[in-house]
Amino acid sequence: MPQGDHIELHQKRHGRRLDHDERKRKREAREVHRRSQDARKLLGAKGKRFAKKRYAEKAQMKKTLKMHDESTSRQKVDDDVQEGALPPYLLDRDQTQRAKVLSNTIKQKRKEKAGKWDVPLPKVRPVAEEEMFKVLRTGKRKTKQWKRMVTKATFVGAGFTRKPPKYERFIRPTGLRFTKAHVTHPELKCTFNLDIISVKKNPNGPMYTSLGVMTRGTIIEVNVSELGLVTPGGKVVWGKYAQVTNNPENDGCINSVLLV
Amino acid sequence: MAASPRLDGEKKKDEESGPPAYLCCVMLVGRFYDGLGAMNEPTRPTSTSQLFARFRRHRVHQQKLLACLVVSSAAAAATATATAVAAAVLLLYCRTVADSLAGLVSSQILLRGSTKFRRMDTQPVLAPAIDASASVMCQLLSPEGDPLGAALYLPQNVGPPQLQEIVNQLLHNEEKLPYAFYVGDEELSVQLGAYMRQKNANVEVTLRIVCQPQALFRIRPVNRCSATIAGHTEAVIAVSFSPDGKSLASGSGDTTVRFWDLSTQTPLFTCKGHKNWVLCIAWSPDGKQLVSGSKSGELILWDPKTGNQLGTPLMGHRKWITAVSWEPVHLQSPCRRFVSASKDGDARIWDVTTRKCVISLTGHTSSVTCVKWGGDGLIYTGSQDCLIKVWETSQGKLVKTLKGHGHWVNSLALSTEYVLRTGAYDHTGKTFSTAEEMKEAALARYKKMRGNAPERLVSGSDDFTMFLWEPTISKQPKARMTGHQKLVNHVYFSPDGQWLASASFDKSVKLWNGITGKFVAAFRGHVADVYQISWSADSRLLLSGSKDSTLKIWDIRTHKLKMDLPGHADEVYTVDWSPDGEKVASGGKDRVLKLWMN
Repeated sequence: MPQGDHIELHQKRHGRRLDHDERKRKREAREVHRRSQDARKLLGAKGKRFAKKRYAEKAQMKKTLKMHDESTSRQKVDDDVQEGALPPYLLDRDQTQRAKVLSNTIKQKRKEKAGKWDVPLPKVRPVAEEEMFKVLRTGKRKTKQWKRMVTKATFVGAGFTRKPPKYERFIRPTGLRFTKAHVTHPELKCTFNLDIISVKKNPNGPMYTSLGVMTRGTIIEVNVSELGLVTPGGKVVWGKYAQVTNNPENDGCINSVLLV
Repeated sequence: MAASPRLDGEKKKDEESGPPAYLCCVMLVGRFYDGLGAMNEPTRPTSTSQLFARFRRHRVHQQKLLACLVVSSAAAAATATATAVAAAVLLLYCRTVADSLAGLVSSQILLRGSTKFRRMDTQPVLAPAIDASASVMCQLLSPEGDPLGAALYLPQNVGPPQLQEIVNQLLHNEEKLPYAFYVGDEELSVQLGAYMRQKNANVEVTLRIVCQPQALFRIRPVNRCSATIAGHTEAVIAVSFSPDGKSLASGSGDTTVRFWDLSTQTPLFTCKGHKNWVLCIAWSPDGKQLVSGSKSGELILWDPKTGNQLGTPLMGHRKWITAVSWEPVHLQSPCRRFVSASKDGDARIWDVTTRKCVISLTGHTSSVTCVKWGGDGLIYTGSQDCLIKVWETSQGKLVKTLKGHGHWVNSLALSTEYVLRTGAYDHTGKTFSTAEEMKEAALARYKKMRGNAPERLVSGSDDFTMFLWEPTISKQPKARMTGHQKLVNHVYFSPDGQWLASASFDKSVKLWNGITGKFVAAFRGHVADVYQISWSADSRLLLSGSKDSTLKIWDIRTHKLKMDLPGHADEVYTVDWSPDGEKVASGGKDRVLKLWMN
């Protein structure tokens, strides 16, 4: 490699050779043979580098050729065949996409048996007993402290009657009792206001499950008959599980996500 | 009877003074021998002997009381009234005194009732029995309302089988045809006498009985899925049986039309050629060609025997094809012309032999959603601009515009549609060798189906109502059928034209009278929008396919669900019942074609 510009300086002062152009043309013509020899003979790391470079050049050349080809043809560009074919009576109507095949009941039953659930909130912050219950002092001198009042949202069910007040240990205030939940379908992204059928599992313990306490992460069973879901066997699905995603005692409502 | 008047007197005293129960016992014990004496009457031999036997069996005092009471009550009620027998039986089963007293009181009440009844008319009351001598005046009518012969006096024990014989004789039918009889709007299924009693009908008014002919053959409801044939790679949008019921074709969103072999239930041909979704397919009524329309506005003709395209695609429409309908075979055989409707607002009549668009029926300002070629040479088009236009086919001139709907017209149905679709083929399975033969047979069938009445047209719309029109007679609708709570998607006349069914997005299918337009019954059972319906060839069963992925078969006679056919994994877009009634084909979003059989 020339260091400095003495070549250019000489060319400026004295001009080029008389057969410069011809020699240049012939050299460039020989370049092709040179390249093909390299492609055949180069070995090792050099060979790999050369092959890679040659391939990239080849691909680029193909693309440009194709581009040129396309512009010369006069075809009308066709509409792409889209997905989601609809019959003609549905074409002018935009219907909300409904969730397709449901996880069938067998799968659900197996999951239930295994006790494993693929839930949106796998871990929740554990709720301590002091936070869950408020101690009520009772008795003439207010010294007895065996009653507890639940401070979180609960579900009691339609046929619930309290135990005789003298004997009830856990008090579930009516102000914190909920019957409906806002259930969001994860795929459709729409929310429905559905009735709660029961509290299936509270991650904080089986005692809270039996009391019907709903905290963040609790699995509840909701009535989905208004969604019109049908199993592959033709039966109408009316109950599905959902997981609570907010803190109902702070918000005053139960937001949950449907487990499909 | 000697004892009875006296006992009557006793009873009178009882009611007036109301003595305690034991006093009654005492009085009746006194009457014991009287009762025994009166027992020799021949009216109640068996019961009295039974009572006597029981009396001999029971030695206890209370039982004696009971027995004599029974005897006396039996004697008192000279006639065999059911209440008296019941009272007696009641007493016999009482074991304790308390029970007996209670039984006594209740029997008294019962007897009181019967005696009161008896006292009102002095003669003993006869139990009502079917008296064959009493007769009912009946007038038999045809479905259109014309009387079949004069009014007849028919005995009360005449039921539907006898009425059938009478009608067959009146009409001089060579072969005995089955009929169904309707009084008012209800079916008559019991004897005349029982019917009159049920309805407390006035015997003096002539009973008007409408006789509706039923199909000779009876189709069994399908109840199992015999084959799930995969093949399409996108949703199946249209499925149709050929007019003779021997071949099946389907169009899908993967731009292919496929033919299926019904005997082996496997694919036959895959016909490629369309550039976009195949939206509608239609068999020619002679079964020799199939035309399919696509989302890119082109129509292609296929040969069902080889699966090859017949010629090049027919271009002309600018937007997608919404419906296709062939010219009936009794107007022209072999089939040459068909009409196609498109979203761009016009309907075009195409000629298959010249492969050109013969006439373009323009006039609608919005998408034409449905088109039907009627049996008397008129074309009916319904559109999203709320109008239905009637065109004549030689020049393509507009004959009438039927106004009335408030929103899009979704679907049209003709009363003779089934006959036009099946052409010359019927349940006998006869095949034809020449086109003229086919034309004559089709013409005969069409004439028989139509009778003297004009063709009726029903349109179902997005404004939740349907109109019944007689387009050849007047521009005004004959009836407006309301009742659906969401838009009506599909309306379909039954093959015999007596019934009309409508499928709606309010999850119900409603049944209407096909001649008057009166509401008959609603079929509820689906849990999502009902998309399409199809009738069985004998008009006794109705099939509906819905968004909830099930098909349901409804019985027209009982107005109830006959069969539930689940199995599809996703929405069912299209259903069809083969004209020979053997098979049902259904396709939907889950990309498989299901064949259902008995």
